[in-house]
Amino acid sequence: MLVRLEQLSQKAEAALTAAADLEALNELKVKMLGRKGDITLLLRGLKDLGAEERARVGKRANEVKAQLEELIQNRAEELQGLQLQKRLQEESIDVTLPGVALPRGSKHPLTRINEEIVQIFNGMGFAVAEGPEIELDYYNFEALNVPKDHSARDMQDSFYIDEDVLLRTHTSPVQVRTMEKMAPQLPVKIVVPGKVYRKDDDATHSPMFQQVEGLLIDRHITFADLKGTLMLFAQEMFGYNVRVRFRPSFFPFTEPSAEMDISCVMCGGSGCRVCSHTGWLEILGSGMVHPNVLRYGGYDPDHVTGFAFGMGVERIAMLKYGINDLRLFFDNDHRFLRQF
Amino acid sequence: MGISLNWLKQYVDIKEKPEVIAHRLSMAGILVEGLEESGSDIIMDLDLTPNRGDCLGMINLAREISALTGKPVKIPEIVLREIPENIEDYIKVEIEDPVLCPRYTARLVKNCVIRPSPAWMQEALINSGIRPINNIVDVTNYVMLEANQPLHAFDYRLLGPEPRIVVRRARDGEIFTTLDELERRLDSNMLVITDGERPVALAGVMGGLNTEINDDTRDVLLESANFLGTNIRKTARKLAMRSESSMRFEKGLDINGVIYALDRAAQLLQDLAGGEVVEGIFDCYPQVAAPVEILLRPGRVNHLLGTDISIEAIKGYMNCLGLPFDEKDGQLLVHVPSYRVDLNLEADLIEEVARLYGYDNIPSTLSRDASRGGLNPYQQFRRQVTAVMARYFNEVINYSFINPTAFEQIMMPEDSPLRRTVNIANPLSEEQSVMRTLLLPGLLKSLSTNLARRNLNLSFFETGTVFYPGEEKLPAENLKLGAIVCGRSQINWMKHDIEMDYYYLKGMAEILLEEMGCPAVSFAAAEAPGYHPGRTAAVSCNGERIGVLGELHPAILEAYGIKERACAMELDLDKLYARCSQRIESREIPRYPAVERDLALLLEQSRTMAETMQVIREAASGLLEQVTLFDVYAGEQVPVGYKSLAFRLTFQSYDRTLTDAEVNAEMDAVRQNVQTRLQAALR
Repeated sequence: MLVRLEQLSQKAEAALTAAADLEALNELKVKMLGRKGDITLLLRGLKDLGAEERARVGKRANEVKAQLEELIQNRAEELQGLQLQKRLQEESIDVTLPGVALPRGSKHPLTRINEEIVQIFNGMGFAVAEGPEIELDYYNFEALNVPKDHSARDMQDSFYIDEDVLLRTHTSPVQVRTMEKMAPQLPVKIVVPGKVYRKDDDATHSPMFQQVEGLLIDRHITFADLKGTLMLFAQEMFGYNVRVRFRPSFFPFTEPSAEMDISCVMCGGSGCRVCSHTGWLEILGSGMVHPNVLRYGGYDPDHVTGFAFGMGVERIAMLKYGINDLRLFFDNDHRFLRQF
Repeated sequence: MGISLNWLKQYVDIKEKPEVIAHRLSMAGILVEGLEESGSDIIMDLDLTPNRGDCLGMINLAREISALTGKPVKIPEIVLREIPENIEDYIKVEIEDPVLCPRYTARLVKNCVIRPSPAWMQEALINSGIRPINNIVDVTNYVMLEANQPLHAFDYRLLGPEPRIVVRRARDGEIFTTLDELERRLDSNMLVITDGERPVALAGVMGGLNTEINDDTRDVLLESANFLGTNIRKTARKLAMRSESSMRFEKGLDINGVIYALDRAAQLLQDLAGGEVVEGIFDCYPQVAAPVEILLRPGRVNHLLGTDISIEAIKGYMNCLGLPFDEKDGQLLVHVPSYRVDLNLEADLIEEVARLYGYDNIPSTLSRDASRGGLNPYQQFRRQVTAVMARYFNEVINYSFINPTAFEQIMMPEDSPLRRTVNIANPLSEEQSVMRTLLLPGLLKSLSTNLARRNLNLSFFETGTVFYPGEEKLPAENLKLGAIVCGRSQINWMKHDIEMDYYYLKGMAEILLEEMGCPAVSFAAAEAPGYHPGRTAAVSCNGERIGVLGELHPAILEAYGIKERACAMELDLDKLYARCSQRIESREIPRYPAVERDLALLLEQSRTMAETMQVIREAASGLLEQVTLFDVYAGEQVPVGYKSLAFRLTFQSYDRTLTDAEVNAEMDAVRQNVQTRLQAALR
């Protein structure tokens, strides 16, 4: 009987190893260890054996059973692994096909730059002030030290509604409006983003464009503060490698006045078409607030000083994004817009 | 404006290379835009700021260079051989309006021979962009360019038998023929030079044909005068005749420089035309201008600039600039020469110090103040609207002015208040002549432009101001959000793309309004000009209308050449802001399970989802947490004129597990109500 048992065990081991899938394995398990399985049937003969013999064969039979069960378990795990592997193989997809097409919009490049400029000045403690796009001549010119028929008005050709009302030619009127509201509180520290209008329409001028204006008035504001503030702005906007320089200029509402140039962002200052081979790009106008403007705003120029600056958003967007045609901003071509 | 470097070198030595001098001038505020070779000469292209009109004259520009290089200015010396006759025997000058003409001087040069001016003078004029004519006219132009004082030459014999000069305002409607042979109609705001009777020159702008220098001219009356800049500017603009002369007067000229220019011109006529200069100047100068004196405090200089410049250095700069001063108690009383009309205040002198000290030498510092920057809630709201919209739609920016014909194109009724516009008095063109009262025309234009370029499948939005005229001096400004869609959402191989129709745009609006915290949003069928009457909704918040959303009327699409369907919306962001709350209050998560029940209803086609849902909500108790529409069907198995709506109702209690009996009772009430109130059949 022992011999039969050993034979059965060897045969079963061979069959188990050959089982091709889980189903075949299950069948084998039933055939060997089931209630009518080979081993069960064989062990029915145990009762005919003597006590000593029975104990020996019984012990061996239990060993064989345990051995087979372990074999079945191992083979089952092996087959499960193979099966999973096969499924995963069959399920592979073309990962290079496009993803689900969720809609994606875009902010207008001018909006992006506008927000970026404002954010930089927000970080330096400037609040945002705004004012009407259709403005009184008084705020747009007179309170900014540009009387009627002054030749400085030629710098800003205007769209008039009537004699006293016009489309604002710059965001500067908000300077005086804000001062009037705040006087005598200090500091006055604002940036003013917004649309402005000038009667000009060619390759480099749009009749509507955007500006960001800035104003800081306090007891001890100096030209050096103007330089430091605007230099920091230029570096945050264009990178810490950018160099700046200030040149004397003229604006009726500031004295002294300065134009700020940055080293050309295209060529780094060595000279290229964008900077007309000068290595420098003019990006903003600035200056110390004119005493007359402080007075119009309700402040005493003997007690406070301040600086103001203004820049064109289009110009900065063109430099930042490498845009070479101003008209693209208002043409609204989808192929342009979706790049931002 | 072009400056001949060779000519300039007659007034100041320039040893530096042209590039160097151009750079130094630019960094001192006299911007040199470029250098151009012209034969053996170099032309500097100056872009002068309006305050430095004085540098339109060679001598003044030489003064700037002298201030920078320390080389002295060489002002041409004048030697006149006057004939012993008295100018007053030849001419009398009267000024009727001394405000418009503070000073008028004249000289007479007799027996001139008219001929071409010498080559050097012609070349100088050509290099400055002025065409040579004859020696008389050329001399006046040459001196204008040299001394920055426009002159005029009259043919003395044409001034009438008893020549005199009367400077007066023109009469309204007075007709005058200028040198260019054009008849000008004058008004009483314009200043004319007359011979006592008729005008002979339009002051500061152009001379008259009647007294022009001609081949027979022998005796020349030279005018060198000072006129009020703002008045000259007004006249020149009104008559559209800006000239080299008017351009200079506009910026303000040296009231004492008239004499030098007059003498210089007389000398050149004497030398180049063989003229005899009659002794004396007729100088009519009713109110002598007070010299400008400015107190310059070194402490103030450093206070404003943030520098530490010594008084000695400041005195040095004043000397370089040729600005004389008296020093007293550590302060300078600066006597401003009359050619520097731009220097009137201490701040002006501080700029002079700063530019000679060098802007680049001023330190860079940051102010110290306790201010908190940032956006106010309204600004944050607007930025968030843009951010939400820009997730899905492309932002466009259109001009704020539109074509008045746009109102016809979008079928705006004649009596609509939106037709009342703010109009630009001097537009660039009719197409850009009125301020928009709505965003739709711009959005339609953006859409049609793109479709014409075969950019299909578009979803655009714009935020911008619209303008309504009102009682106030300034129009009302109102911030709007507009959007327009056309075509399909992103085309893709998974076929997830959908038609961007009314419901697509409504989905965008719903996301926006929810994110902005807009309470009680509702969409109700409505009509609006330009929109499809059956596919348009009024958008409301807390029962107040804040905008419109719908499919555009086929007729207006056609007017814009758009062949596809398109939908648009326009929301009033100011109204929306006033009603939105960004406050978020969180709620407890329910600890007991929710129960879901479905309800399929057969309804007449005309019933709306909104009213059905409202009946359901009203019929159920507070246990009804949510109602979701999950199917709309019409077609087979649904009778004609009916539709099937299927809702999922979610019941939820926050203090117990709901029993079947409770939920059944809720559903019974709902069924009963929809049957009786909506005549709905249960499916």
